[in-house]
Amino acid sequence: MSDMRELYQEMILDHNRKPRNFRVIEGADHHAEGQNPLCGDQVQVWVKLEDGRISDVAFQGQGCAISKSSASMMTDLVKGKTREEAEELFLRFQELVTVGSEDIESLGRLAVFAGVHAFPSRVKCASLGWHTLHAALKGEEAPISTE
Amino acid sequence: MERTVMTTPYDVEKVRAGFPVLHQEVHGKPLAYLDNAATSQKPEVVIEAMKHYYEADNANVHRGVHQLSERATRDYEDARAKVQRFMNAASSKEVVFVRGTTEAINLVAYSFVRPLVGKGDEVLITAMEHHSNIVPWQILCEETGATLRVAPINDDGALDMEAFSVLLSDKTRFVSVTHVSNALGTVNPVREIVRLSHEKGVPVMVDGAQAAPHIPIDVRAIDADFYAISSHKMYGPTGVGALYGKESLLETMRPYQGGGDMIKSVTFEKTVYNDLPYRFEAGTPNISGAIGFGAAVDYLEGLGLEAVAAHEDALVSYCTERLLTVPGVRIIGTAPDKASVVSFTLEGVHPHDIGTLLDLEGVAVRTGHHCAQPVMERFGVPATCRASFGVYNTTAEIDRLVEAVKKVKEVFG
Ligand SMILES: Cc1ncc(COP(=O)(O)O)c(C=O)c1O
Repeated sequence: MSDMRELYQEMILDHNRKPRNFRVIEGADHHAEGQNPLCGDQVQVWVKLEDGRISDVAFQGQGCAISKSSASMMTDLVKGKTREEAEELFLRFQELVTVGSEDIESLGRLAVFAGVHAFPSRVKCASLGWHTLHAALKGEEAPISTE
Repeated sequence: MERTVMTTPYDVEKVRAGFPVLHQEVHGKPLAYLDNAATSQKPEVVIEAMKHYYEADNANVHRGVHQLSERATRDYEDARAKVQRFMNAASSKEVVFVRGTTEAINLVAYSFVRPLVGKGDEVLITAMEHHSNIVPWQILCEETGATLRVAPINDDGALDMEAFSVLLSDKTRFVSVTHVSNALGTVNPVREIVRLSHEKGVPVMVDGAQAAPHIPIDVRAIDADFYAISSHKMYGPTGVGALYGKESLLETMRPYQGGGDMIKSVTFEKTVYNDLPYRFEAGTPNISGAIGFGAAVDYLEGLGLEAVAAHEDALVSYCTERLLTVPGVRIIGTAPDKASVVSFTLEGVHPHDIGTLLDLEGVAVRTGHHCAQPVMERFGVPATCRASFGVYNTTAEIDRLVEAVKKVKEVFG
């Protein structure tokens, strides 16, 4: 990994410029706040459930391109999934950005974050949105922190 | 002030040759180390001095009658004398070896200020302090009922001296200010701050962590009551630093920690504390660290602090000028008197992304709040990128920084 564009792939830059589902959900079933005190990144995630499936999910916050694009792509990917499926994806994403994944193919679009595990200081940026979703689904109201 | 005329020009390539760590590649590019405000690199002479201690003289100090202990004690005390000379302290009794600036400030807060203050009293700091010159005072205020006052800074990052003079009141019991801001590079008029404070009978501590590597320090000219420095920011090892304190004040202070070395005699009925400065050095000190610190002081003095300051001032000007040619760059901290730090943001790109992208180009800068969150808040940014310079940095490295910033702009388009 020696080129800027290998880490900052076009899809990451695109989600950073135009984050998807970047809004508040009024009357959400679940909500959580996450922050990375080290860099001041903050994110809030809202989830609406219908028949055990995530019918709507949205986020807002401020942060670097890695954290913003990761949260944005996450909302795209978990919409329509069951809680369990979303949690499963969270675990696979964690593996991808911390130790790297053997099976990148099956991760689909998330594979653009494969470069992150070579940058330990950026792992928390990539996983902040996911941790916050996880906290929201578990019904944790106190803000979670990556520290 | 008259500058000494240098007979030979500053030879940065010769300086670089003395730092082993600089000669490596990062992500396939030569390392450009521009994070000196976080910690500086160590020259071979410092590494060798520490190695020599461990290989030839290792023993505890102030205890043994045997050869090695005598040598270790001599070298440890020689290091103190070097630091004394470096800060222009009147006596080596006024130089206490500590873990670093953080410990020095905590020591003064605990041993000197705490017994002095109560409800209604105030401690005055500034809005540009490092967390280590904020939190010890918050703890002290919480425990004593005293109030922490904060003198504001102007839009350019200079201290608002008018506001400072107003906040310095009959209630003020202690003032603690940084000499040079690590986040902005601002050099504070510490002599003037001390003069104003002393007029009101208020003692002053100066945080010299960022000043010591860049400008000649003279604690007597400043008339500081306390002055703190960290070895690792001035080409010495981590884990050691010095607290200067006026002898008349240190004499009156209660110990900071109890243990060996800080006592004259101990019985269960009564313990007699040791003389200065040992009273404040409980336990086996960082002997190799102090010896390395002494070697670093020799090294800096060998280069000449005036020459170092001139070299780094030129780098700050060059970097500021070049960065401002990139559209979207904003420099945070533009005070007229600055040392060695250029903090900046790039419109539309988070500093952490810039930091990672610069790293890929072999350029090491610091990104984040620089342990000065109130400063970030003051300027309305979550974080900045900070390039900070040392004796071995070159304009070519700054060119690489600027090129990398341009590339970041391209990537983020
Ligand atoms: C202005 C200032 N004060 C204090 C400190 C703390 O120094 P240390 O971590 O060596 O105790 C620093 C270090 O970053 C600093 O820049």
